[in-house]
Parts: sequence; structure tokens; C-alpha cells
Amino acid sequence: MKLTKIVSALMLAGLLSACSPDNVKDDDAAADNQQSENQNADGAQTGGLNGDGNADGTALSGATVSYEKSAINDVNNVLAEKVIYFDFDSDQISADFQELIAHHGKYLAANPDMSVRLEGHADERGSREYNVALAHRRAQSVRRLVLFQGVNAEQVSIISYGEEKPVALGHDDEAWRLNRRVELVYEAR
Amino acid sequence: MLMALFLLPAAQAALRVEITKGADGAVPIAVVPFELLGNAANTANVSDIIAADLQRSGKFSPIEKSKLIATPKDLEEVNYKLWRIAGVDHLVIGKLKVLKPNQYEVSFRLIDVFKGVQVLGYQFAANDNSLRGISHHVSDLIYEKITGQKGAFDTKIAYVTAERKQGVQPSYKLQVADTDGYNSQTVLNSTQPIMSPSWSPDGSQLAYVSFEKRKPEIYVQNLYSQQRDKVTSFAGINGAPVWSPDGKKLALTLSKKGNPDIYVLTLATKKLKQITKHWGIDTEPSWSPDGNEIVFTSSRTGKPQIYRVAASGGSPKRLTFEGRYNASPEISSDGRTLIFVQGEGNVFKIASMDLQSGYVQTLTEGPLDESPSFSPNGAMILYASTDKFKGVLAAVSTDGRFKQKLVLSEGDVREPTWGPFRK
Repeated sequence: MKLTKIVSALMLAGLLSACSPDNVKDDDAAADNQQSENQNADGAQTGGLNGDGNADGTALSGATVSYEKSAINDVNNVLAEKVIYFDFDSDQISADFQELIAHHGKYLAANPDMSVRLEGHADERGSREYNVALAHRRAQSVRRLVLFQGVNAEQVSIISYGEEKPVALGHDDEAWRLNRRVELVYEAR
Repeated sequence: MLMALFLLPAAQAALRVEITKGADGAVPIAVVPFELLGNAANTANVSDIIAADLQRSGKFSPIEKSKLIATPKDLEEVNYKLWRIAGVDHLVIGKLKVLKPNQYEVSFRLIDVFKGVQVLGYQFAANDNSLRGISHHVSDLIYEKITGQKGAFDTKIAYVTAERKQGVQPSYKLQVADTDGYNSQTVLNSTQPIMSPSWSPDGSQLAYVSFEKRKPEIYVQNLYSQQRDKVTSFAGINGAPVWSPDGKKLALTLSKKGNPDIYVLTLATKKLKQITKHWGIDTEPSWSPDGNEIVFTSSRTGKPQIYRVAASGGSPKRLTFEGRYNASPEISSDGRTLIFVQGEGNVFKIASMDLQSGYVQTLTEGPLDESPSFSPNGAMILYASTDKFKGVLAAVSTDGRFKQKLVLSEGDVREPTWGPFRK
């Protein structure tokens, strides 16, 4: 199954400027370390999966949509966006992100040998264990939409870190916005 | 046996105490520097420790050493009239006798200036390892004699520290320290988050959540033998462990059926009983002092509020109605007061509620205060706060009149929990 199309440049620009994973991760090298640690500890063979993909050619003005297995490494693919953001004390997924999650669901449905770990996070406000529960429910909300695309339940796992692993270390609205998130971490099964 | 964990004499405090709000009506007391008999270069300064303890309680205002009108060493040297004129209610005098290297004898007398009599006097054997603890014990005796309430200086606090630096693996530590921040000992060190420490009622064990296996799991660790057991490792959340008052059970949060609910685990049998069952979030359980009830945070009405349920299960009853965000509850040991985090907008404060009248009082200013924990005598509340966005510990008297901060020199400190009285 190969579905390729050019998403409108407008939508892409909106997505990337709002929440490019590169922008977020640059704020905090520790978060990058953790991600690679996670993969090592879990014993998963994930070499290259989260690399920058060495995509051929120059950046396109629009994101491609492809559910081929290697598409997950393509920085120009819509799947390059792997973070879902939330409102304060909410596990509701906004319309913008429903479409992105549907792409990930279709990818997983097309690649049953791939799995994804949904890592839920919260901002620092409020109590810590409540935030663990809240971030867990955020990951559950994403999981429901992923499964809606016909993905096997075994392909999708959840872990909630609550407010314990912020990507942005600031203490303002912008840092809080970036920290209220679910990260999709792919692994080969 | 009790000292086994605390063998290393820590020369400095990891946490620095700052009094941020003094209380009016604190009792004036003079702690005269103890007489040192013999040679001992680096021993802890017993009288300084006692004066600092009494000051930190908020109930006493010790007179500065430089302003003492006299420095009597013995009862016969006390000029009562002079101290009465100076407005000092109580006087503490004492001696530290060096018997041989690392072997001391500490003696003290508490004097009621107005009655002109000694009201308390004890003598203790000590060494370098025990001297700070004995000093805190003396503070406890003085505090109890004057206030009628048991002192909680000679107890321990547990807390979590986190250091996150650009390009360096984060470091999380579960630590135990004296209540003045000295003698800090690391119980667990990890590159992954550690959360929610809870003391066993006898003070010998801590339950906590560790993400060291890249997922949350609940452990119970003996502080003396250092032996630890993994008690839950279900799919999803394993969180918020808290020891029952009889020490036989843990209340905790699991999401193994999909949604966070409260469970009770019997430690000896590993038998698990589900206490709440609701589609909303149920978490942060805490026991009533008689062990018959559990209070917890629930989002069952949309926003987090505090509820109470029988420890055997049943239908929960809502306790908080003021404010949009009420979480992280704990009940005082006399069962009368509930403390919790109250949020409004971006500001989160520690609040207390009289369980009989329902009267709510905010005790702190915020903006990011959390994890309130009573001292074992109920006089103070220890909580996590921020100082220029650095995570610090803070304490406030139960009436809100007296505040102090415990600042860690490096990194953030959070999730404090005050240990029980020493048995």
C-alpha cells in the first residue's frame, strides 16, 4: 500500500512552527539522552529509527504522506511529527492533532511489525501523582484514536511520566504548553 | 540499631534553612553556649543546634548569642532577677564533657526564670555520630516541657532531589535527612524519576515509585538493611503508595484495568483490593489516623477534588467544594484537619480544612506549592515550593503564622515527607 500526496504547505508550516520535534528537543539535550537510553534499556533494536533519516534531496515545501515502513524516518513525511499537545488539565485531543494521529494509526496498521510507545507528560502545575494520572489519560486518548485505524492493541503501549520529564525547563505559558504532551516513540517489534 | 543508617557524620547541611516569616508571640528563651570541658575540636555545637531547633519551631525566639546578658554554666551562677528584667522566660544551660576522644557526656538544665527553679535536667552519653541527634532530643524535651506538645526535632524527613543539566544525564535521588537538613543520606540514586516516598509507621522503611526500569514500579526499602522489594509492577500506573497506620498495608494507585483507581495492597499476603472504581482519575490516597478511611483526589466531577471513602471500599463522599483544583490530601494525626494543594489559575497553594466545620484556610502564597506533609506532632506542615523557580522545601506552622524554607545548594528538591516519631 503506497499513498503519497502533498499536504498543503499551509498546514505543514503550521504544524512545524508550532511543534517541530527538533525545536523542542534542542531546548533540552537531556531529553535526547533519555530517549536513546529508553531504547537501550528496553532492549529494542531501534538503530536509525529516530535518526534524522538522511533524507535524499532538499526539503520539500509540503509534507508527503506515505505509510511505507521507512516513511517513519523521512523528515519530510507527515509522520515526522511525533508529539501531540494538550490544554491544561485536559486529555482532549484537538482537531489539528486528530488528523496527525490518524496518519500514525494508518502507518501502524500498514506495518504490524512496528510498535509505538505513547509517553504521556504534564506541565509542572498541580500535584505530581495527579499529573501522572492525567498524562496517562492523555496517552490513552491518543491510543484510542490510533486503534481506531485498525491497529493491533499489542502494537501500542503506554507509559506516563507525569511532570517528571519536561522538555522545556522554563516556568511560563510557553514551557508549560510544550510540556503538556504525548510523545510517540517507535520501535521495531 | 537506629543509628545504623546514619553512620557518616555529615559536616554540613545539604539543605540550608531560612526563616521567611517569624511568628508574633514566640516565647523568648536564652540558650547559653554550653561549657566545653576537655578538648574536642570539631564536635557539633549542641547549644547552637538547640537554639536553631527552637527557632525553627516558630514557637520560640532564642536570644542571639551576642545579646546574652550573662553566660552562667551552673545553676548557682544564674541571677534570676537579671534575666527577669531582660524579659527572658526560660533559660537553658549545659555542658559538654569530653571523657575521651569521641566519647562525650552532654548535660543540660531548663530553668523557669520567673519561678526561679530548674524544671528539667538530663545527662546523656554521646559520640560524634550521635551528638546531633542527642541535641535534637534535648530540643524535643525542652519543647514538650514548655508547650505541652511532643517535640519533633529528633525525627527524619525524606525527599527527592533532581539535577538536570544541559548535556548531562539527569540525576534523581531519594534522600533522608535530619529535620534541620543535616545528615542527608541517599537511599536511591537513579537516572530515571523517583516519586512519592512514604514512611512506614515505625520509620524503618520507605515505599516509593521508581522509573528505573523505564516504567513506574512501587518498591519498599528497609533503611537499615537496605534490602528492598518490588511490590507492584502492573501495566500502566503504579503510583502514590502510602502506608496504612498499622504498617500492614499500602494504599496505592493502579491503572491495570485502564483507568487510575485506588487499591489497597496487604504487604504480607500481596493481596490486592480495589477500593474505587470510576471512569475519572482517582489517585493520591492517604489514610485517616485510625486506618478506617482513605481520602484521595478524584476528577469524577471534571476537576480534581478531594473525597473520602471507607478503607474497605464503598461509595466516596466529596470533601472539598471551594476552589477549582484541590488535590494531594493528608489528614492530621488527630483526625481533625485536612491539608491539600489548592489551585486557582496558575497559582497553587497549601490549604487546610477543618473537617468538622469545613472551614478552609490557605497557608502559603504559592505559586507552585505542593506535596504537603504534617510533622508527627501536627505543629508544622512540610511542603514543596519554589524559590526563583528552583525547587525548595518549605515548612509552615499549622496556623499559617510561621514559615521557613529549606534550600538545596544544587538542583531541585521536592516531594518531602516527614517521618514518624522515633520509637
